[in-house]
Amino acid sequence: MPVITLTINDELVSARSGQSLLEAIRDHGIDLPTLCHLDGLSARGGCRLCLVEVAGSPRLLPACTTEAVEGMVVTTHNERIDRYRRMILELTFAERNHTCAVCVSNGHCELQALAAELGMDRVRYDYLNPDLGLDTSHRLFGVDHNRCLLCLRCVRVCDEVEGAHTWDVAGRGIASRVITDLNRPWGQSESCTECGKCVEVCPTGALFDKGASVGEMEKESRFLRRILDGREKRQWRR
Amino acid sequence: MNPADLAAVAEQERQRQRQLLLRIFLCYSTPCLSAGAQQVRGALEELIRERDLAVRLEIVATGCMGPCSRGPLLRLRRADGDEQIFERVTPELARAILLQALELAPPQVAPLDPDLPFFTRQTRVVLANSGWIDPERLEDSIAHGAYAALAHALHEMTPEEVCAEIKQSGLRGRGGGGYPTGVKWNLVRKAPAERKFVVANGDEGDPGAYMDRTIMESDPHRVLEGMAIAGYAVGAEQGYIYVRGEYPLAASRLAAAIRQAERRGLLGSRILDSNFNFRIDLRIGAGAFVCGEETALMKSIMGRRGQPVPRPPYPAQKGLWGFPTLINNVETYANVGPIISRGAEWFAAMGTGKSRGTKVFALCGEVVNSGLIEVEMGIRLRDIVFEIGGGLPDGGRFKAAQTGGPSGGCIPAQHLDTPVDYESLKELGSIMGSGGLIVMGEGSCMPDVAKFFMDFCMDESCGKCVPCRVGTVEMRRLLGRITDGSATMEDFATLEQLCELVRETSLCGLGMTAPNPVLNTLRYFRDEYLAHIVDRQCPAGVCNLDRIPLLKLPEHAHVLTLFKERTDAGHHPDDQ
Repeated sequence: MPVITLTINDELVSARSGQSLLEAIRDHGIDLPTLCHLDGLSARGGCRLCLVEVAGSPRLLPACTTEAVEGMVVTTHNERIDRYRRMILELTFAERNHTCAVCVSNGHCELQALAAELGMDRVRYDYLNPDLGLDTSHRLFGVDHNRCLLCLRCVRVCDEVEGAHTWDVAGRGIASRVITDLNRPWGQSESCTECGKCVEVCPTGALFDKGASVGEMEKESRFLRRILDGREKRQWRR
Repeated sequence: MNPADLAAVAEQERQRQRQLLLRIFLCYSTPCLSAGAQQVRGALEELIRERDLAVRLEIVATGCMGPCSRGPLLRLRRADGDEQIFERVTPELARAILLQALELAPPQVAPLDPDLPFFTRQTRVVLANSGWIDPERLEDSIAHGAYAALAHALHEMTPEEVCAEIKQSGLRGRGGGGYPTGVKWNLVRKAPAERKFVVANGDEGDPGAYMDRTIMESDPHRVLEGMAIAGYAVGAEQGYIYVRGEYPLAASRLAAAIRQAERRGLLGSRILDSNFNFRIDLRIGAGAFVCGEETALMKSIMGRRGQPVPRPPYPAQKGLWGFPTLINNVETYANVGPIISRGAEWFAAMGTGKSRGTKVFALCGEVVNSGLIEVEMGIRLRDIVFEIGGGLPDGGRFKAAQTGGPSGGCIPAQHLDTPVDYESLKELGSIMGSGGLIVMGEGSCMPDVAKFFMDFCMDESCGKCVPCRVGTVEMRRLLGRITDGSATMEDFATLEQLCELVRETSLCGLGMTAPNPVLNTLRYFRDEYLAHIVDRQCPAGVCNLDRIPLLKLPEHAHVLTLFKERTDAGHHPDDQ
């Protein structure tokens, strides 16, 4: 496989050609925060946390959707980018009602962990406090829109891995909501296979197993790589 | 149809028109229709029936004639070439005009002064036929030269030569970006692929802008011809024209034009007896501003949710269904025909250094003559506002001109002598944009204007990326606080930081330019913001600051009041 060389944070690094910048950066052991990206799902570039500086580009580029190219000079962390990342997290927290203390995912939440990691200690913006609902019509799972950050991992995993496309988005802008089927209650969905992949890949407590209490909802998204690799290698063919 | 047939049709139509004693052009574009052009036509037709005049004259329902604020407009053209334009025509007035023109009644109605700077200061290239032809009759367009450039390109030029000609003309994207059109065409031409596509972007959503609508409504064949030439130049056999859903008239005229052109062999298979096939399909948007962004537009054409995707890859490499795609604005395509038939030198001679040709502007706001104008690039802003526009009504004083819609900015009075071209506007922190030009007088409050545009951006954000989805809402709230007098200097600092964040980190052009109206008004009118925050005064008198209490108590605040009453009365809160 052709190998390319690029500079990441003043260090010469080799990567495979065709790799995304995010993969190359992570392969090199640098931690780059993401919320919408999940290994195994299509790249989206929506959360804007993996933005990096690339020499020669006036704009910041999302590492997840940028291809690593020979000779690229990349900066993943500096004062400006870190400040922007914190501000983006603040905006995410202000957007919906992420009250950690009463969340099923408290302590196991990617958003919460990122806030701690990036040193986001306060939210300067108005909390928008939208009036959002909770759908617990499903036999096994529930969705709490107050905790959704519209990363659309659920939409992508349902479409790309499970093949059901139960999840989608309604509305636009600040009124965007994830929906099941044609905005019917999840429990009435005819396409849902009850596989639970969406719940496992959700980074926050927006999707949860019914019956989970505060802090009890632990998620495990590593299954995704396992089944995708297995599919590719045709491991389960008899 | 072959090129000879095309010339024959043109000659036949011209001859028919010459034989008429009088041709009555009636503006049938959206503004004049809403002002009552249809009733005027009804009155004229009635009179023609009454007096049995149909053989000697005809009524031509045309596209836009220009000064929309003076509509409905009516133009008379006699066989000897004599012309008159009448403004604000009512059905009764129309009868009188026709009778006096046929010398059946003494002259009563005075025509519009033909030396009005509104007409004389314009250079009409894109709009050359607008107001002169019936957009629903193909023969009329052909008589005015439609498809001659296509015939010339197909039979006498190679695709390389067409691209070279466009490049040499210096034409730049008229949708706002200003990317050199010839360079873009060459990129798509050279991209190796078995299929390619051509897309015309007619999704024009800027508040106060209607250039593309008018071009599509008034001269649809010119857009189709430009697309076909582009298809030939880049090697595409399929084109899409994407029209926003709010333009039903433009969509229906385009649909009719495509049908007519296909029937005569000007689109479809083996166009004009050449080996070139090109089909155009119409796509109608569902009302999302972001679909004017090229990647979101392509998603929408493919039937997906209209959301942008990160570039690169650029559409020229990977566009519709993964194939190289050429996307240009409607006005850009409308420039192509004249460049091919009259040559790159002719086009390049107009305009300034890096901005060649003409630009169509929708002039509106506080200006006497609002309407659609086409001027040579490099004209001074002062000339547009005060000569063509006729200045501000009631002797009002000019304060600023907003260009480029929600992505643009305001140009203050001290820069009125700036030449209008891509570079100069950019230097002032504004942009050419697609061509909306809103004139504002002393009575406009700049934070209020910024709030209006932020409202728009907030509503139109697609919601894909966080900075645009939430950032615009937070900016709108801060602007709201400034205009209602409850903002602090800390809010002001937060607003400025947010502007920077949203501009730097948003995914697509909508988010990246959403802070522009704020940044730009801050650059020239910072005092006004400070007056709102520090002095709690609105210098323009627009914002009503007195009524709003400094501290907005939340709804549950009455609990505190109750508590206070009880303690005042001697009860201890823990008493009960």
